[in-house]
Formats: sequence, structure tokens, C-alpha cells
Amino acid sequence: MSTATKIPHAAAATATAFDVEKVRRDFPVLHQKVHGKPLVYLDNAATTQKPLSVIEAIEYYYRHDNSNIHRGVHALSERATADYEKVRAAAQRFLNARDAKEIIFVRGTTEAINLVAQSYGRKHVGPGDEVLITAMEHHSNIVPWQMLCDEKGARLRVAPINDRGELLLDEFEKLLGPKTRIAAVSHLSNALGTINPVREMTRMAHARNIPVLVDGAQAAPRLPVDVQALDCDFYAMSGHKMYGPTGIGVLYGKAELLEAMPPYQGGGDMIASVTFEKTVYNKLPYKFEAGTPNIADTIGFGAALAYLETLGLEAIERHEHDVLSYATRAIEAIPGVTIVGTASEKSGVLSFTMDGIHPHDIGTILDREGIAVRTGHHCAQPVMQRFGIPATARASFGLYNTREEVDALVAGIHKVIEVLG
Amino acid sequence: MSELRELYQEVILEHSKHPRNFREMATASRKVEGFNPLCGDHFTIYLDLKDGAINDISFQGAGCAISKASASMMTQTLKGKSASEAEAMFSKFHDLVTGHGRGEESLGKLAVFSGVSEFPLRVKCATLAWHALRAALEGKEEAVSTE
Repeated sequence: MSTATKIPHAAAATATAFDVEKVRRDFPVLHQKVHGKPLVYLDNAATTQKPLSVIEAIEYYYRHDNSNIHRGVHALSERATADYEKVRAAAQRFLNARDAKEIIFVRGTTEAINLVAQSYGRKHVGPGDEVLITAMEHHSNIVPWQMLCDEKGARLRVAPINDRGELLLDEFEKLLGPKTRIAAVSHLSNALGTINPVREMTRMAHARNIPVLVDGAQAAPRLPVDVQALDCDFYAMSGHKMYGPTGIGVLYGKAELLEAMPPYQGGGDMIASVTFEKTVYNKLPYKFEAGTPNIADTIGFGAALAYLETLGLEAIERHEHDVLSYATRAIEAIPGVTIVGTASEKSGVLSFTMDGIHPHDIGTILDREGIAVRTGHHCAQPVMQRFGIPATARASFGLYNTREEVDALVAGIHKVIEVLG
Repeated sequence: MSELRELYQEVILEHSKHPRNFREMATASRKVEGFNPLCGDHFTIYLDLKDGAINDISFQGAGCAISKASASMMTQTLKGKSASEAEAMFSKFHDLVTGHGRGEESLGKLAVFSGVSEFPLRVKCATLAWHALRAALEGKEEAVSTE
């Protein structure tokens, strides 16, 4: 698939007419009251809500097609297999991967990164080698590499960020050394909202023959992603942050790398033949998909990809940018409030602290106003340490959020000041 | 709003802003850290035990208004109490914040935490310092986690 076919013509038409009220009607969960107030859901970086099409796709599968895949000769198994593999093709299109076999289904971004660390990492990283990450990574892009480094006697290096939460690109480049075996970087920081220049970072790494894994958990639902244009070697994403179900995600890997990697888990479906003396592994992508997969949620994920494709990532990006800019202006104007993460390239995430008020208390009071935000360290404790704070309150936006909801958040913050200030 | 006012009573806010016994204790005979890995709250409780009684008690650390005020008021309440009195107090306090208490008069000022029972997610905040205290009284040294 070329980039041209990846972006439907409809996207250009809907771009100017992104109808958020119409979009909101697709999400049943949004239409409820919490503590007597209309729900304002601003925890989309944790997980997104699901459109009716996703909910119905899962239900339809269980009502009509439920069966195991890749093995039955009966009608239900054929239908389930076909629908499951259609989602692989949809994910290939979504990421603009060269080949559907480069799409490995996993539980989510965490499992995708663990797969690369355990399979590619254990094969290529040895004593004295280095793995390079950045200071803004989620724990899921730190701990799997730490485990690998501990096992192999390798060293985890961390590229620093500045006070705005931007990667110091020069420092990143300097840390790409002769011992670096892989670089693993976030596309969009979950705690700060920073968008990293992953294309440029990949170019720097490739100039030294270092492969790059991109953690796309937050970027995939917010930015158009083209893995061929980025030229990254691995790209990881989670269905549940993309308006799909939990328990399904994607690891994209370049075919030549995946071909050369040992399997991650052993079991059914990942084999070509088994005797007690020798097992021949299945071809890509099945080599990495041991056991009966999460079929229903994969099909639900397919509906989520179709939903995103219909709206168009460009239109979604533009809408969310508008909401984030509006929120940033409104919240930075409130006395005593400090925004954490002020990179020039940002999307989706607005972390903040309030003078003398702990984020946990902010979260409780906002909740009573019907506003769902995340408070805490956001599974990014090193980021909190970098900014010298224990935690932040984080509003994270999705495609269905509105300026009116930002107004409710601002009113909620004033309420926090009224109660605790 | 009334539930919020119940939770964030003036006394609690005042203690969270001006915590009592908020200091390290060089002479402490016992010292235990308590933390909540989910929200990052982190306190150290210092105890000076003499003849089975709490001769001095202090704390340090960072946390939300509820956890900090709870730690502060705990130190005020327990100074001079015996270990078994402190243990009994925790038991009553736990009942109070989980909504099982009957408004025990013996809790004294600590009764202001009754509003926590309407906020089940905040029970861990209110009891963090107490869990660390219990560990310290039992002579444990490893950090206490709410999870």
C-alpha cells in the first residue's frame, strides 16, 4: 500500500468539517453523569473509550463467528480466520507497512517491547554493549531493557531532555556509540505530550547501523504514522489507546529483522512441524503468535482501525491540536498552575501541578465535578524525578473532546482552588 | 460539594499545610518508610520508644492533603501512648475511614477523617502513615507499601 491509498480521499473532505458532536454520538459511554455532573473524560492517554462499531463487532463475532483460527476446516473457523487476517491487512494499511507479515499481533505495546527485548535483544546484546533510551520513556520502554541489560551485563544509556520536556537531539546522537545495539524511543511522551523527531533519530541511528524501536502507544491514535517514511525497525502500539479493545496491540517489524529473530514464546500456531527431536517454526507473522490469540478483540481492533481511517488521522490530529492549544492557553492563565511539558511539538497530553496542592487531591475534586483525569507518576517515575515533582495531574485528550469540556476542566481547577487553596 | 467539605475539613487542610512533628529524628529508635507506589506518596515515620511507650514520634515526606494531615494528626495523638494503645487506635481509625466505625469518641480529633469513608480510593491515603507506624512498632525495618 502506498501512502496515497492510506489516506482516504474522504479525509480531506472531513478535515474541515470534523463534527465532534456527531463523533461523540458514536461513543455510548460518554453520555452519562458522574456524581450528578456530565462526564468529562480526559484520561485518554490511559485508555480511550470505544465507539459502538467496536462494541458491536466484538458482540457480532461472539454471536455469529466464534471459532478457533488457522486450523478448522469448518465454516465458522474459515470466517473467523478471514476476519482476523483482515485486521492484519488493516493494520498494515494503517501503518503503511510494506507487507502484512510485518504485523505481529500482541497484547499491547508492553508485550511488543518485551518481545523485541527478549528476542532481538537477547540475540544481539552482550556484555559491555549498550541500549539507548530517552529520559521521557514510559516504564514499559525502560524495564524490559533494564531486565535485558541486567541479564547480559549490558548498560542502559539515557538521552537527556530539557526543562520543556524536549529531547536533546545532539546528546541523543552522541550516545549512539560503537557499543549501542538498539535504540528504543517514545514517539509521543505519555507524561509530557512531547512529540519526538523519530524520523531524524532513526536516521542518526541508522547512520551507525543501529536499529530503532519506536513506542507508538500515544502517537498511533493521534498522528498519522507511516513506518516506511519513519524507516524505524520496530513500531509498537496498543489497541485500547486507539479506541479499540484492551488485550490487543501490534508490533510492526521490518521483515528481514523479524525473519532473523528467534521466537518469543513457544506453543501452537507458531510451528510448522513438531517432533520430540526438533520443531520447525512457522513463517512470519505466525512465528511470533504462539497459542490461540485474542480473536474477538483483534476483530474489535479492526473496527477501531476502520473508525480512525474513516475520520482520518489528519483530521483527528488537527482537532486534538485545537483542543490542546485551547486548554493550554486557559490553564496556564490560572494563577498557581504550572504546566509540566511545554515542548514546541506536542500533542494530546496536558500535565500540570498546582502550588501547594497535591495532584491526588486535584483528582478527587475534579472527579466530583464529573471530570476524569489521571493523577500520579503516569508510569514515568524518571520523568517526575527529572522535573523534581512527585506527581502531576494529567488531562489527556481524545478525538471526542471539546472546548466546552476544557471549560469544565478550568472551572473544576477553580473549584480545587476554592476547596483547598 | 458537601461530601468534599466533609473530606477536606478545615482541620485537615490546616494540618496538611502546617504539619506537626514534621522533622527527622536523629535519636529515633525505630524508623520505617511507607509509600503508595500508585500515587507516589512517600513518608518516613520516626519513633523514639521508651519502656514500651512512644516517647517521641515524627515524620517526613510528601503526599496528598489527606495522607499528610493524617500523618501529622497521628503523631500528635500518639505521643505518650503505649504501643498497644497505638495499635488499638489504628484499629478504630481504620474502622472509621472504611465506614465501619460508629464514631468512636476515643478517637478524639481523628474523627475529622470520617469523610474519607465516602471516598474509598482515599482510604490508602488516610492509613499510609498508620501502616508505617504499625510496622515500626512491630520492629520491622523494610518499607511498607500500600499495594
